[in-house]
Amino acid sequence: MATLPVEKLQIIQEFGPHGAFMSGIRLDPGVEPDRIVKTHCCFCGQQCGIQLKVKDEQVIGFEPWLEFPFNRGMLCPKGVKRYLQGSHPDRLLNAVERDGSVPSGFKPIEYEAAIRRVAEAIKRIQNEHGPDSFAILTGASLTTEKAYLIGKFARMALRTANIDYNGRLCMVSAAAGNKKAFGIDRAANPWSDIPNSEVVWISGANVGECAPITTDYVWQARENGAKIIVVDPRITPIARTCDLFLPVKPGRDAALFNGILHLMIEHDWIDHAFIEGHTVGFDAVAASVKEWTPQKTADVTGIAVKAIQRAAEWWGTAKSSFLMHARGIEHHAHGVQNVLGAINIVLASGRIGREGGGYATITGQGNGQGGREHGQKCDQLPGARDISNSEHRAFICKVWGIEEADLPKAGVDAYEIIRKIDRGEIRGLISICFNPQVSLPDNNFVSQALDKLEFYAAIDFFLNETAQHADVVLPGSLHEEDEGTVTQLEGRVIKINKAVDCPGEARQDWKIIQDIAHALGREHGLTFASPAEIFDELRIASKGGVADYSGITYEKIENQFGVFWPCPSDDHPGTPRLFEPGSWNPVAKGSGPFYFPDGKARFNIAEYRPPVEDTDAEYPLMLTTGRVVSHFLSGSQTRRIGPLVEQYPEPRIEMHPRLAEQHGIADNDWVTAETRRGDTTLRAMVVTTIRPDTIFIPYHWPGRKSANQLTNSAQDPISKIPEYKACAVRIRKAQGPPDWEAELEPQQ
Amino acid sequence: MPVPEHLEFFIDPSRCIGCESCVQACSECDTHRGHSMIHLEYVERSRTTQTTPVICMHCDSPTCAEVCPADAIKRTEDGVVQSARKPRCIACSNCVLACPFGVPKMKSDLELMMKCDMCYDRSSVGKKPMCASVCPSQALFFGTREEIERLRKRSAAVNRFRFGNQTVTTKVNMMVPRDARPEYIDVAAAMEEDSLGGDIMLNVLST
Repeated sequence: MATLPVEKLQIIQEFGPHGAFMSGIRLDPGVEPDRIVKTHCCFCGQQCGIQLKVKDEQVIGFEPWLEFPFNRGMLCPKGVKRYLQGSHPDRLLNAVERDGSVPSGFKPIEYEAAIRRVAEAIKRIQNEHGPDSFAILTGASLTTEKAYLIGKFARMALRTANIDYNGRLCMVSAAAGNKKAFGIDRAANPWSDIPNSEVVWISGANVGECAPITTDYVWQARENGAKIIVVDPRITPIARTCDLFLPVKPGRDAALFNGILHLMIEHDWIDHAFIEGHTVGFDAVAASVKEWTPQKTADVTGIAVKAIQRAAEWWGTAKSSFLMHARGIEHHAHGVQNVLGAINIVLASGRIGREGGGYATITGQGNGQGGREHGQKCDQLPGARDISNSEHRAFICKVWGIEEADLPKAGVDAYEIIRKIDRGEIRGLISICFNPQVSLPDNNFVSQALDKLEFYAAIDFFLNETAQHADVVLPGSLHEEDEGTVTQLEGRVIKINKAVDCPGEARQDWKIIQDIAHALGREHGLTFASPAEIFDELRIASKGGVADYSGITYEKIENQFGVFWPCPSDDHPGTPRLFEPGSWNPVAKGSGPFYFPDGKARFNIAEYRPPVEDTDAEYPLMLTTGRVVSHFLSGSQTRRIGPLVEQYPEPRIEMHPRLAEQHGIADNDWVTAETRRGDTTLRAMVVTTIRPDTIFIPYHWPGRKSANQLTNSAQDPISKIPEYKACAVRIRKAQGPPDWEAELEPQQ
Repeated sequence: MPVPEHLEFFIDPSRCIGCESCVQACSECDTHRGHSMIHLEYVERSRTTQTTPVICMHCDSPTCAEVCPADAIKRTEDGVVQSARKPRCIACSNCVLACPFGVPKMKSDLELMMKCDMCYDRSSVGKKPMCASVCPSQALFFGTREEIERLRKRSAAVNRFRFGNQTVTTKVNMMVPRDARPEYIDVAAAMEEDSLGGDIMLNVLST
């Protein structure tokens, strides 16, 4: 059973989150490190280069890595303090199993015994209910080698179709939109193209807080004379000094892009030669945006007509441009439509595939790009191959040495896995680096589903909120305790280097996965001796695919500060910029730069639909959620790093003074926000930097502080991304602080 | 070793995104022993996301040192004003009250004023201070004047500031918009030596 073994407060007392601060050797100014290890940050998709200082097998600090070209030493506060996870009091140093008779709810268990328990549970559940009754949920912080291995483990050792990843909550709308328009899912341009743009368009991206290093690129463009357009319901730090701010109402981005395209066509601000020579489907899209007059666009989006016209003119008449978007337009039940709308105005401008003419999504997670390309997504095989395509299946089966009949078909997305657990169709679960109890929407339902699992094993280095439900927890490795590659937001494959060994009984994640396979007696193809060996097989498995890594080696990565995929041969330097005229790819085979047989990009009608749950008399406001700069995703790591907790201790409800005044709320008052799924009581943050019809809550906290108690689990029909960014909510002034205020520390 | 003369510090508040990376990195400088010696100011969070990092401006004639009754604040020959010296500091807070830039902070638990020393262990050997190394938006920039002029065409570096009767010149430069200097109406503008009469805008910043 996967209910909590004891009261949550008792678990927290033992396993945290507790805050770690600098202490001991880290405060000694005279210490010379034994070695300095070049690696990358363990958090977001920018994957900034960083050097870790190691003394006595402990990471004691960092030194900026000025030579790494993407960030040139720059780091956000998370990167600066990430090393405090090492030697953390909450660190799992041995395997534990649930035991309701001990105060903390979990007791230590010998590692081999824990592995045996997991293997026995897998066998028992699969024998009784079939292979698909056991699922795996993975995280996009895993190296590409681990993602490849766990994809192979799921399909070869467990033979389950049900593996998915938390990039499902992050990148999939952009990925699906990119595949529909370009046939490939990767940023079209390296970030070095941003400063050369005349116009930089940023939609739904809180760049200053969620991708801080990107700020420098954007503002370097501004120094060079660029105009910056920001579309967001909030005046975020990047919006404060932009040239044109469009305060879009949450969930209306497709309408805005359609309105912009309407004006581009009306004023003939389009590149006829590019559209004619390199695209398909323009006429249908042009017809579809006829109705999106400036007035209609303004009525739907909540943006002034003149601002829309100005944005269209700046975008339409620019000679070079860069359009970026992030979760703000993607976290919607029509996220793919929003992305397609964005791509349409890029394609109509013709400004793609050349220097200073770019388009990208800002990847959220450390390896959101690489993981899905090589196996942890329910419908993809290594090389970004399609699990439903018989040719692709045959290729991978040959590499893996299995019969095609033994390779499972596509499984379901992460949220559907939770629903299947709730319905009793999935009985067993392994999770690794994924904290769905905090990060999935409508998370009271997630808790209820987890309670129903017959067996649940978590692999992690901290006992996160989801792992509190586990039967067995296997002690995994921190980022700095293993090596491997990740692919950052530009599409640059980079190398994570090992700085220290795992402490205690903790193991590198790939070893734990292989140990389970061995205990199952299904270790065929899962006996790698190192990440380098895994990578060598991954290169073969990706060869000829869209995401071709076959020409990438660890040495080449070190020598070139990363290699941009695709890189199809040893002598190939990599591909920093996609879609350049005359470029070759394995799908078009020379007929054009885009990844379709005819080499042409696709215009797609971007259908506008309001949020699944729009405002009404009962719930008159829009709730939108997002991140703050000192925390990351479910906070399992950052809520354990003391200085980051101090920087932003607890979630607050951002609201406009006009809205606050209507409810008699002053800054710092306790306020209850309530949706049809749940409510939370938090302090108010009364600011003029948010639309008066919208409230914002950051989502990094668990339990009663969790914004995801409120959010809607409606999903995009194509990408299956949940609608985090828009649901109907109401607020009221609370009588006083909630119960947890007296019981919990800020990070708990 | 002194801080190399060709390397200068430039602050551009228009670029600050309030991320506090500088504050977090300051405590990581080897000689700061886990204490951050700089801070971040929110101008007025209720109305704007504008923030500004507050590092020491390293004045040519540091007011903090001038008012220190214990002579605890020293300026090195290369122009870096050091944090208060522990054996001398009497925690009187004179420096905290006197600094026109609001830089020094009293650490009451240590009974010691601590402030930015430009990561002297780093900058004196040609390395960038921690805050400028990590600043993601490069609101804090440490480099040559040629670099800043090439990179920041819209801004000018100033290091003379007027506070009432006091004019302060600093080692650290503030980047201000070339075409939008702060408007500061003051009758004293017409009393300036080089005034032709009719001036009402007092020049509070000058290069």
